[in-house]
Amino acid sequence: MKKTKSPRLGGGNGLLTIGASFVCILIGLAFGFLFLMALSWINNPGSSFGFIVSRAWRYGFKPIIMGGFYLPPISIGQEIAAAAPLIMTGLSVGFAFKTGLFNIGAAGQYTLGAFGALYCAIILGLPWWACLIGASLFGAAWGAIPGIFKAYLNIHEVISSIMFNWIGLYAVNTIMYGGGTGPMYDASKTKTWNLRSLYPDSVIPDLGLGVFFKNRSTTIAIFLAIAVALVIAVVISRTTFGYELRACGYNRSAAKYAGISEKKSIILSMLISGALAGFGAGLYYLSAVAEWRPMESTALPAVGFNGIAVALLASSNPIGIIFSALFISHITIGGSLMNSQYFPPEIADIISGIIIYLCAFALLFQTMLSGRGRKKNAPPESPPASEPPAEDGEVPGKEANE
Amino acid sequence: MADAEYVIEMLNITKEFPGIKANDNVTLQLKKGEIHALLGENGAGKSTLMSVLFGLYQAEEGVIKKNGEPVRILNPNDANALSIGMVHQHFKLVECFSVLDNIILGAEPARLGVIQRHEAREKVLQLSKKYALRVEPDALIEDISVGMQQRVEILKMLYRDNEILIFDEPTAVLTPQEIKELMEIMRGFTREGKSILFITHKLQEIMDVSDRVTVLRRGKCVGTVNTSETTVEALSAMMVGRPVNLKVEKADTKPGGVVLGVANLTVPSRLHKNNAVKNISFNVRAGEIVCLAGIEGNGQNELIYALSGLEKQSAGTITLCGRDISTASIRERSRCGMSHIPADRHKYGLVLDYTLEQNMVLQRYREPEFQKNGFIQFDTVRKYSDRLIAQYDVRSGQGSSTVVRAMSGGNQQKAIVAREIDKNPELLVAVQPTRGLDVGAIEYIHRQLVAQRDAGKAILLVSLELDEVMNVSDRILVMYEGELVGEFDPRTTTTDELGLYMAGAKRRALEEKGDAT
Repeated sequence: MKKTKSPRLGGGNGLLTIGASFVCILIGLAFGFLFLMALSWINNPGSSFGFIVSRAWRYGFKPIIMGGFYLPPISIGQEIAAAAPLIMTGLSVGFAFKTGLFNIGAAGQYTLGAFGALYCAIILGLPWWACLIGASLFGAAWGAIPGIFKAYLNIHEVISSIMFNWIGLYAVNTIMYGGGTGPMYDASKTKTWNLRSLYPDSVIPDLGLGVFFKNRSTTIAIFLAIAVALVIAVVISRTTFGYELRACGYNRSAAKYAGISEKKSIILSMLISGALAGFGAGLYYLSAVAEWRPMESTALPAVGFNGIAVALLASSNPIGIIFSALFISHITIGGSLMNSQYFPPEIADIISGIIIYLCAFALLFQTMLSGRGRKKNAPPESPPASEPPAEDGEVPGKEANE
Repeated sequence: MADAEYVIEMLNITKEFPGIKANDNVTLQLKKGEIHALLGENGAGKSTLMSVLFGLYQAEEGVIKKNGEPVRILNPNDANALSIGMVHQHFKLVECFSVLDNIILGAEPARLGVIQRHEAREKVLQLSKKYALRVEPDALIEDISVGMQQRVEILKMLYRDNEILIFDEPTAVLTPQEIKELMEIMRGFTREGKSILFITHKLQEIMDVSDRVTVLRRGKCVGTVNTSETTVEALSAMMVGRPVNLKVEKADTKPGGVVLGVANLTVPSRLHKNNAVKNISFNVRAGEIVCLAGIEGNGQNELIYALSGLEKQSAGTITLCGRDISTASIRERSRCGMSHIPADRHKYGLVLDYTLEQNMVLQRYREPEFQKNGFIQFDTVRKYSDRLIAQYDVRSGQGSSTVVRAMSGGNQQKAIVAREIDKNPELLVAVQPTRGLDVGAIEYIHRQLVAQRDAGKAILLVSLELDEVMNVSDRILVMYEGELVGEFDPRTTTTDELGLYMAGAKRRALEEKGDAT
């Protein structure tokens, strides 16, 4: 990965970006449909084309594109509940992109955020809002460390945050498990204590949403996530603070020349990025959707990496991230609603995987959509600049899937 | 019959890039054994045309002929096979390879895959002797001077028996003495029957060495003239499209009090263990332009970094308007009245992906005028930027909201000059403010510098161009290997004298403090 790449990921404007994202989504869905047809054909060789298409549609593609609406209202509730943490990890990655950093450590920061949330709830017995702050603080600390390494030792944030992902995961597992007798660990269920039954104060209120969606895990988390996204949008585009962070991301040397402390900016960017991921974990675990399973959680939480996809699909635009997170959540839920007799739910992952890969090319589409007029004022003696930045953008997508 | 006269013909070449015609129906004919200069402003399409000839780009329209025969040049190897060689503006050398290895790279004489260095060395030494191109075959590129690196590039072409030699801005990095040497070498080549294409924007060099000149303007061919039948003024008018005043008009100066004081400044180098700036002392007074002359890489950059706060000095003090700013932050220095036009406008001067207005307030966005409670006041920023654009004639596609990356180099530089001058500084540090700019823009920036001086500001100008040094400055300091080796009055010195000091052949104590030995 080149250091110059990230700013471009954050760039893009308006309709063009949205258009490019839609192209990605459409191509991704088309591939998904072809894939479903291929699976139908493999399972029923020799059947007619009409049969293959209708099976791929009825049992596979229809649930995917309908997502939560396939089984309302419960699935809609699930979709919304799953979107909240995804918005946050998307913001975490997107905010870092905007400031020229690639935070691949959202998963680790999310893990620490989960620990922070559960610690505040179970050990300290704090109310839900304090637990959310606790989750953010833990995430922030975990994000700040790679930031400090980058600022003072010039260690690339991708390397250190990947390492801190795993350090975080095993540290959290070890502490929560506590040799089987940890205070946060319910040995009889091999997971952390159930918040809803034991610490109801720490559960985010649902203000009737749970009843409406017939799904208790649908809380106001989604509104909190959207509110944070709006705040981030304002901070990035309208404040001097955002101006500094972005200047630093686009061109560290010029920021320094302008009198901006680039070390401070890098650390703050990573710290805020980590806090966002941690907050996302808080939203998830404090909605009591699930508990942490220290003995079984040997893989990093996928929502951390899906945040990269969400951010890429939205070109790091905070408002766009709300929608792209809802979309990814939509097709993931849709995938789980497919008829598992015919199609494995992982198809949804394949589709989102294709879309994510295509997102890397989103910049290419953007260049293509923007056509020729854009470079009118470019000095003609620098034509190599016309090479598309696609190769740069491609890399994060690849790393994301590792 | 006319065909035989020309060794290379590029007929009606058109090369388009998205949104722009870099070359529009350009014709260039090179006679055998001549030095043909290619003149044009930045962005006129000189490099593009040469890249087409060298096979880096393919033209959409037009024909290239060699000795009257149409040829297709799809890549540099094709060009090489047609005996076309090129010395690029930025040398293409492997820093950690020896001179010899660089020369033979890509054309290694090998037997069973084993490089025959001995053979190669013989040939290189022979060529080196024949054309008086002094090189040390076993020295590493990173250890040798820029002048010798250029000779290595030239030997690379000769080693491949190239007959058509392209020189892209070859004199930019050389001292006056080295330039004379190069001219002599070029003349030697033509006596051998080799033909030379010489890209430059320095008019005097064209007058000195070339036989004919082709002038490009905005991608179009303005015309080809015989050098003997033209003048510097006529050429610059052809190039810019209007008459240009090449001489900087300025009255004598009456310097006031000391604005910038530098005492015993030492700055460590990032590249090597020695100090880049060694115990330097000098002053810049109000109402004078002090020029720091020297060949690139003699510590000027490090000195400026230390002055502006981008790097820390290891010893010495810096005072600005009587205040010690040796340890002040960059922002404090800026507030104390220092403006800085950096040498590298893309690295330091601009955030290329920001809009023009965002760049116009790069150091000032925190001032109460432009922000309220941490929120940027877009209206005032826009007004301010629009005023600067109008006042300093910065041209761009969409005015204040143009992304700076999409602007031409000259206008990017104008934007920086506008921003830095409009801060109304006490001290203006301008590092190569006209590098890579066309004559029109150079004229403009020089006028701005003189206007600032006349307004009683102190100006420290760092320049590698001796013409600029002689024209603009009131006082000249020559820097060599991190030390000040001489102070001169531009009215009483010559470029030749400066050249000797710049090359380290001579030195003398400074009048002011005598710290430089």
